[in-house]
Amino acid sequence: MREYVMGNGAIALGALAAGVNLVAGYPGTPSSEIIETVSKYPHEGVHLEWSVNEKAALEVAAAAAYSGARALVTMKQMGLNVASDALMSVAYVGVKGGLVVVSADDPGPISSQTEQDTRRYASFCRIPVFDPSSPEEAFEMVQDAFDYSEKYGRPVLLRPTTRICHAYASIEIPEHYAPKAYDGFQKDSRRWVIFPKASYLNHGKMEAENVEIGREFSSYRFNTAEGKSSGKAVVTSGVSYAYVKECLKHSGDVKIIRIATAFPFPEDFALRELEGIREVLCLEELSPCLEEQILITAGRHHLDLTVHGKTDGTVPFNGENSAELTGEILQKFLGTSFSADVRDLSDAPPLPVRPPVLCAGCPHRASFYAVKQAMKGRKTVFCGDIGCYTLGNAMPLDMVDTCLCMGAGITMAQGFSHTDHDAVCFGFVGDSTFFASGMTGVVNAVCNEADMILCVLDNSTTAMTGHQPHPGTGRNMMGHVVDKVDIAKVLEGIGVKTVVTVNPFDTAACVDLVRKLADEKGVRAVIFKAPCIALVKSDRKCSVDADKCIHCKKCIREIGCPALTTDGKTAVIDPGLCTGCGLCTKICPTGAIGGETHE
Amino acid sequence: MNKDVMVCGVGGQGTVLASKIIAAAAMEEGSTVHSAETIGMAQRGGSVTSHIRVGEDAFSPLIPFGGADLLLAFEVGEAVRNLKYLKADGVAVVNTAAVMPVTESLQSTGYDGSAMAAYLRDRCTCIFVNSEEVCRPFGSSRFFNMIILGVAAASGKLGISTETLLKEIEKRVPARYTDINKKAFLAGCEIGGKASR
Ligand code: SF4
Ligand code: SF4
Repeated sequence: MREYVMGNGAIALGALAAGVNLVAGYPGTPSSEIIETVSKYPHEGVHLEWSVNEKAALEVAAAAAYSGARALVTMKQMGLNVASDALMSVAYVGVKGGLVVVSADDPGPISSQTEQDTRRYASFCRIPVFDPSSPEEAFEMVQDAFDYSEKYGRPVLLRPTTRICHAYASIEIPEHYAPKAYDGFQKDSRRWVIFPKASYLNHGKMEAENVEIGREFSSYRFNTAEGKSSGKAVVTSGVSYAYVKECLKHSGDVKIIRIATAFPFPEDFALRELEGIREVLCLEELSPCLEEQILITAGRHHLDLTVHGKTDGTVPFNGENSAELTGEILQKFLGTSFSADVRDLSDAPPLPVRPPVLCAGCPHRASFYAVKQAMKGRKTVFCGDIGCYTLGNAMPLDMVDTCLCMGAGITMAQGFSHTDHDAVCFGFVGDSTFFASGMTGVVNAVCNEADMILCVLDNSTTAMTGHQPHPGTGRNMMGHVVDKVDIAKVLEGIGVKTVVTVNPFDTAACVDLVRKLADEKGVRAVIFKAPCIALVKSDRKCSVDADKCIHCKKCIREIGCPALTTDGKTAVIDPGLCTGCGLCTKICPTGAIGGETHE
Repeated sequence: MNKDVMVCGVGGQGTVLASKIIAAAAMEEGSTVHSAETIGMAQRGGSVTSHIRVGEDAFSPLIPFGGADLLLAFEVGEAVRNLKYLKADGVAVVNTAAVMPVTESLQSTGYDGSAMAAYLRDRCTCIFVNSEEVCRPFGSSRFFNMIILGVAAASGKLGISTETLLKEIEKRVPARYTDINKKAFLAGCEIGGKASR
């Protein structure tokens, strides 16, 4: 059966083909579609979950692997920071069934805070890593990863990047696949309880095994060499390998050495292929992992080799590679041109900038607007967090002063309250982020007497990553309806004295409430509750009465709704985008905007 | 056959469905296909692109600059932004209706797309369509993706038969919208047929 799937889908199908028993993860671009794909294909007997965060996902999966089952964990690279506590330890303890951790890297970064490299985690945790160059390879490699994990009893990383995760290809998947049969957990505290002595012994064993795995990887089918050369080679991996192939498809006196397993490094393979090579160009994204290994290999074996790459400034450290950048760098390295004639567009009229914005009708816009109105003229700090609502930073709302990492809004607001005494400190957090890493921050606020207003922007979904369910939505990935975890009750249970739930579109009430709370002390919480517009489709629309509109553009200036523009004479509303949320109707000084609105 | 088709526009315009139909139809006709989409933040009103690569000779998931045989631009400014991808002798099908970015409404620079259209006209073979005009009979701009697909198909530059495309539309559009989407596609075919004659 052939299926046209995204790279993430290929990973999911590869895991199913490998007989995976349990799949857990936390949404994060570019990894989110892996779990969604598993849910769309037959997966009888597989436990599937969106865990509350990446650490929980990895721990759930580790237990499955202790029991002999095969488990897959999915996350984006930043999520691995959260899960790293568990990963580092499980690397020492080991597993019985295969445990494969997919951590999707995001060179660019396109939708992430950092350009970290998961291959570094592999060498840091001393576990193998696989780095696919195409969706087709990702499908194969996830299965190889399970085999290696079981053979050596160790967790294994699979590291795709955005361009692999989001590329589509057609994959041949088996007609029949079934979850692996396994025998269950066998008690053995010397094996499953991590202790300093056991870790010391295991560490020695791991390092010895890594030497062996490095040797095995020297004949791994995705560590490849192609092309003949009179002395020059390109060392590459991942999507960069695809770019090199794209550039060199018709020409080039150069050897292409592709290394899909950065750790343990296949040194024998590298030595073999570097024979007769005098000059190497390392083309990889993110960290110079292969480059450093080539330098080590050259040093250890006294190779007469010049190594170009990130460490000598030939290749930039930051940003993603592309066929064009690869072509330019190859041109310098080989002295021949590889790029097609590219149009000179330097005389083009100025292009409109299109930063991402909150959707028309997004409840977050209404929440931010209400807080902004309420706090006019007062000293404030608005700590934001990760999700669609980070976009509240854009003009004209300008309501996000800080954004650091998942859950940090709540805790940073506390830090500001201890250091900036006359500011009203706000922590904004989305519902999914609240469950993932916000709750402990609230406990911290209560016991350490912080003075802050917590604004939970509850839109009943994980919107940014594609609307995944979470503990507050009452539905899980097994398709079961479950009790919703009630955010207000959680807050009350933690000991927050003031917890008020409001409809963000009731602007007047929201403004009054926030004003009142700003004059109180301690931890106060407001839950702005209204669904994401993608969840509840609205056929309501608002429109502008051209006779009443005086073209002051106040509506546009104050809220920045993408449905609201001007035709040069009056404000106009795009009926295709407007959800009739009514926010703009409250701003217009002449009452020119009307229509059916929320009550 | 090797062919590179790029679809571009603004998040929310329906570019993804159009590109999925092209990819599926090319596969249906026996070609090897790879494609890539913009996913994530940019889907919220940002610039979005889909790269569809037909044939065995494609390695990079993205079309290299100067490689696209056909550019399907759902927005005129986005056509200019992505013109670097178009081959010297490539064809662009362009919606002349401009989508105002929110930033534009805040600090007016007078962007209305006409300068973009003029620029394109001088630099490549273009088939212009105006989504406001062509969508009027259908009552919603939502069907523009089918119309532009029809234009591209009838222009002959897509290299995929209209029958195959119609079949894929049927497969991928919810049943109650199939008829209107097919009508929109056929309306596009008519425009494309005239334009390339
Ligand atoms: S997807 Fe939902 S939460 Fe995200 S910006 Fe749009 S309306 Fe707001
Ligand atoms: S009612 Fe106003 S603010 Fe709300 S979506 Fe429509 S145009 Fe935007």
